[in-house]
Amino acid sequence: MKTFRIGGIHPEENKLSAGQRIKTITLPERVVIPLAHYSGRPSNAVVKRGDQVKVGQLIGKADGYVSANVHSSVSGKVAKVDVQLDASGYKRPAVFIDVEGDEWLETIDLTPDIERKCHFSKEEILTKIQSAGIVGLGGATFPAHVKLSPPPGKKAEVLIINAVECEPYLTCDHQLMMEKGEEILVGVTILMKVLEVKKAVIGIENNKKDAVEHLSKIAQSYPGISVEPLKVRYPQGGEKQLIDAILKRQVPSGKIPIEVGAVVMNVATTFAVYEAVQKEKPLIERVMTISGKDVKKPGNYLVRLGVYLSEVVKQTGGVPKGTGKIIGGGPMMGRSLMNLDVPMAKGSAGIVFVNEKEALRKKDKNCIRCAKCVTVCPMGLEPYLLMNQSEREMWIEMERNRVMDCIECGSCSYTCPSNRPLLDYIRYGKSTVGLRIRKRQTEKV
Amino acid sequence: MNTILISILILGGTGIFLAVLIYYVSEKFKVIEDPRIDEVEAALPAANCGGCGFPGCRGFAVACVEADSLDHLNCTVGGIETMGKVASILGKTVVEHAPTVAVVRCGGTCEHRPRMNEYDGVKHCFIAHNLYSGETGCSWGCLGFGDCELACDFGAIKVNPVTKIPEVDEDKCTSCGACVRACPKNLIEIRKKGPKSRRVYVNCRNKEKGHISRKACNVSCIGCKKCIKVCPHEAITIAENLAFIHDDKCKLCRKCVEACPTNAIVELNFPPRKIKVENAELQHVE
Amino acid sequence: MDKLIISPAPHIHGGDSIEKNMRGVIIALIPALLVGFYFFGLGALIVTLVSVISCVLFEYLIQRFLLKTEPTITDGSAVITGLLLAMNLPSNIPFWMVILGALFAIGVAKMSFGGLGNNPFNPALAGRVFLLISFPVAMTSWPVPSPLTTSYLDAQTGATALSILQGSDLDIPAITDLLIGKMGGSLGEISAIAILIGFIYLLVKKIISWHIPISILVTVALFTGILHGSNPAAFASPMFHLLTGGLLLGAVFMATDYATSPMNPRGMIIYGIGIGIITVVIREFGAYPEGVSFAILIMNAFTPLINKYVKPRRFSK
Repeated sequence: MKTFRIGGIHPEENKLSAGQRIKTITLPERVVIPLAHYSGRPSNAVVKRGDQVKVGQLIGKADGYVSANVHSSVSGKVAKVDVQLDASGYKRPAVFIDVEGDEWLETIDLTPDIERKCHFSKEEILTKIQSAGIVGLGGATFPAHVKLSPPPGKKAEVLIINAVECEPYLTCDHQLMMEKGEEILVGVTILMKVLEVKKAVIGIENNKKDAVEHLSKIAQSYPGISVEPLKVRYPQGGEKQLIDAILKRQVPSGKIPIEVGAVVMNVATTFAVYEAVQKEKPLIERVMTISGKDVKKPGNYLVRLGVYLSEVVKQTGGVPKGTGKIIGGGPMMGRSLMNLDVPMAKGSAGIVFVNEKEALRKKDKNCIRCAKCVTVCPMGLEPYLLMNQSEREMWIEMERNRVMDCIECGSCSYTCPSNRPLLDYIRYGKSTVGLRIRKRQTEKV
Repeated sequence: MNTILISILILGGTGIFLAVLIYYVSEKFKVIEDPRIDEVEAALPAANCGGCGFPGCRGFAVACVEADSLDHLNCTVGGIETMGKVASILGKTVVEHAPTVAVVRCGGTCEHRPRMNEYDGVKHCFIAHNLYSGETGCSWGCLGFGDCELACDFGAIKVNPVTKIPEVDEDKCTSCGACVRACPKNLIEIRKKGPKSRRVYVNCRNKEKGHISRKACNVSCIGCKKCIKVCPHEAITIAENLAFIHDDKCKLCRKCVEACPTNAIVELNFPPRKIKVENAELQHVE
Repeated sequence: MDKLIISPAPHIHGGDSIEKNMRGVIIALIPALLVGFYFFGLGALIVTLVSVISCVLFEYLIQRFLLKTEPTITDGSAVITGLLLAMNLPSNIPFWMVILGALFAIGVAKMSFGGLGNNPFNPALAGRVFLLISFPVAMTSWPVPSPLTTSYLDAQTGATALSILQGSDLDIPAITDLLIGKMGGSLGEISAIAILIGFIYLLVKKIISWHIPISILVTVALFTGILHGSNPAAFASPMFHLLTGGLLLGAVFMATDYATSPMNPRGMIIYGIGIGIITVVIREFGAYPEGVSFAILIMNAFTPLINKYVKPRRFSK
């Protein structure tokens, strides 16, 4: 079975919510739709206080190329356009809407039938994806239309669908594949049409055997699409690792996947593309996992954007007793949340509750130079060295040791027998070195 | 006898040859440098802190020698005394720069600003700042992990373990600005030291609207403008819900300190007040 | 808990710890130790106990009273140093020499550099070499294996296989004896099988990687093979070299010491090859019959250099 070639770990999978059918969260009285979704510039609000909006109506227009449209996920009245604290405690622009009923835009096709045939041209599809505000739903939330328009002179050969879901606990993509398999494959054909590629590979880790079988069966009637089961290994969901695993090609340092002829799309994004193109439905909701060892009923839920996470948690059984830490996203790369009064954003793939006992880090000790961090680093870096240099602020040496290649997967910190905060320091170095590089480039210009 | 002679000749010959070579090379590649640079450098404190804006004391010495006037050059460590020496070496005049000192503009001690969560990463301001807004409800205030303390070469700034706010030792502070650059929240400012080290400043950087900042911290500036109204010298401006006292206009009358409803404006090193009565009378007259 | 905990990702840890790794090494050392106890009896037991106890004690005392830091003897690294030091000593060595060796190993080679992880040289080997240079006679008069003997200082001594090779004309022991360990030598180095069992355990538990031991053994086998092939009368066969002396013990337990070996597979292989070559050169051309400990210490000195210039296989070159 295929997997990537350098490093990697196998954390406890804890897919507690696997196989739980997707349930819909009922609408609260008010939603707060963030206009900024982590990466890219925030979009500009096009509604104002007192406006009536319907589900799917544009409320935030993309500001520039690397930015995405935002649509209303509910129908009702705009209460205000203001700022809202995001998960890291900083203010972000958002639209506050008081929910009234559930009235959708007439253009959106709400029938459950699957539209298999795509009648649109490449340009039309791209415009639809762009206007539907679709971003990568794997976590980085990079606008999808940017990824789908390769820079001039570059041509994609293969489309890779990232259905790896290598983060422990998370099962939202898995369940989506089980329930919306056909739609996802139609989405893949649409993406293939946009990229003008003949071949698409869906990479699924082998701990989701049912999904592999299910999609393989459907894929038989879609020429050019194959399903590739992958050995369970973290961080296989990393773009570069996934390309290495499937194509045995390594994206050069500092370059993007198109360099080796590949474009990677998340499976949930693919589903969103299907809905946007075939059903005219913009990105207004997504599936998220609520999980954790003490959660009574871990599950997968369809949540509209802008619903407070506290509301989602309330409807799914509340915060378990003895919770010490709440993680937004998976435990390897997610952020710990300061509180649950944070609106659902496009990149929120899950909430994981960690109990007090496991929440605190152990005290770090001397580096014993066991080299385990070097062994597990999927980018072939030397985390122990980078941490040392970061502590001593040796930025030039860090750059030379390729700190910018770090994908911040956390394998090093996870493995370290001395519990050293390797990634904390490497991130510090990476951001500083990044600043220095940008400064140098602007000076050159 | 012969052996001794040969060895003397060979060694002596080599020595003479090398001496000539060294002399030739040193003459050929001589770097002509203004001798005053060395003199000026010797007069400088050799802290190499960079507070003057030049790379190390020698860089500053070169700048002093090359500059037409010393008006814009100042060694923050040595102050007027050192600059006087430099001026006498160079035969130039020196303007006295008002002594400055680093000021930490956050009053959010543990009692005023309750902790809402517990940070469990590396205790390093920059790392915590990149991750999130901080342990308290105020996303502008001091994180208390002591990046400034690490940055200070003079041991002049130390985080108070009780209040978790850094404190500046005025006698040691040379206002080199290393802490200003180290603080990810931009809390530290180089201000005029003031006569007898007396200063009045706004001890807050929170730019939220009043009710939000007040909720997070008891001593935050809420942008109420009361200080502007009482200031007779127009030294106070407010931008983005935050007051700022310009140290070049402030005459240290301390009216704003009295007026501030949240005690966000603080006075330092003043003798205990005895003019309260006068102030009260003044308000009556108004 | 009333306050939520905030920390940067990752939020989970694999549960590996220094203690776990050290415990694994101790378990892996047990077979070789048992063979040593069997063939050298009471003497081996006394030397091992004295060595372990004094290593732990010295580490505790130094941390407590000299460095004034929290003692870390519970992590097990001092125990391993003690065990390895004992395993590199003849079983009839006076116990005060063992204590002296332990003092040098812990005090000079380990703690003076900052303790676990910061020592440039393998402490046990440094202790051993210190003793070897200071007390050459005591360190090279090897007791003859006699199962479950109760003699200690008065043990009957004989030559090791390697010293037989170097000068005397006694018979070379049979391969089977070498495998189980029925030969003279340091108390932990004699049994090839017992050490290989420990090696497999370490590999299965992922405490060490295969790179260092295998590259050492392969280098020694190749180098001695070439020498043997060119002149069988002057040079012993590769099999003999692999099974005698401290080569296996050194390759599996000493050269793989975390702190003193390179940090990535490529560097490890270079390091292993270096140890292999130096070992053979000392054995075949040097004055000492045995060269593993010197070879490892010499390559320890090269480790920082290797770490600086030999980088792991990067993603995309």
